[in-house]
Amino acid sequence: MFAKLFPHPLFSALLAVIWLLLAASYSAGQVLLALLVGWGLPFFSSALWPRRPPLAKPLAMLGFIATVLYDIVIANVVVALLILGPSRRLKPAFVVYPLALEDRLAITVLANTISLTPGTVSADVSLTRHALLIHALNVEDEEELVRSIRERYEKPLQEIFG
Amino acid sequence: MDNLIEGIIVVAVLAGAAFTLVGSLGLAKLPDFYMRLHGPTKATTLGVGAILIASMLFFSPREAGLSLHELMVALFLFITAPVSAHILAKAAMHGDVKRNPKTRGEPWEQ
Repeated sequence: MFAKLFPHPLFSALLAVIWLLLAASYSAGQVLLALLVGWGLPFFSSALWPRRPPLAKPLAMLGFIATVLYDIVIANVVVALLILGPSRRLKPAFVVYPLALEDRLAITVLANTISLTPGTVSADVSLTRHALLIHALNVEDEEELVRSIRERYEKPLQEIFG
Repeated sequence: MDNLIEGIIVVAVLAGAAFTLVGSLGLAKLPDFYMRLHGPTKATTLGVGAILIASMLFFSPREAGLSLHELMVALFLFITAPVSAHILAKAAMHGDVKRNPKTRGEPWEQ
């Protein structure tokens, strides 16, 4: 019964919160509308969605977001210093990152995370989804870069998406 | 107390402006297309983030309730900035844009 009414409970909650934040008002009417949107959108559109297993550890997402936010702050300072320093000292590189993740959504999250954090932009996904092409602004050691992405982002994502 | 909050707002606005400026500088001065991508995708996220924090602190005491819709700006920015960078990089590889000769590694063909 519950699963029928709420095919994506997390998505419902997120939609309701986003509605309230966008409306920027917490009156009874808006709360009611938020609940309606949170229930209705996933309910009526669920037939159009690819079936996907629920997140294995939704709460681990919070820890992951905290790590990423911290890294974004560091990344910004590092990139700002690189930009202000002399350009000829930069060592740009294309790095191929072999993916261990298989879930499409998980790969999307990983690619977005890579783009938001220290000196790296994800540039392409291989057609078979086995590798990401990353452009790095300044990299000394490609293997070290791959290792740090694996440890910091991919392993937690593997746990979250199960 | 008010002075403290005002101080934090001032610092956040200045830091935000500084990071946004550096991001734009990167767009202007870095040597090739791919490297220029890094400026606006990163330095600006923290720049906008700091300005949004300042906005929340400034408007919360002045309006009814906490001012939280700035969080939405941050959320949409964090979702869209990497995607646009990704598409730009992909388009550049497709069009065989010139790269800095020091760049190691090759973009793949597919």
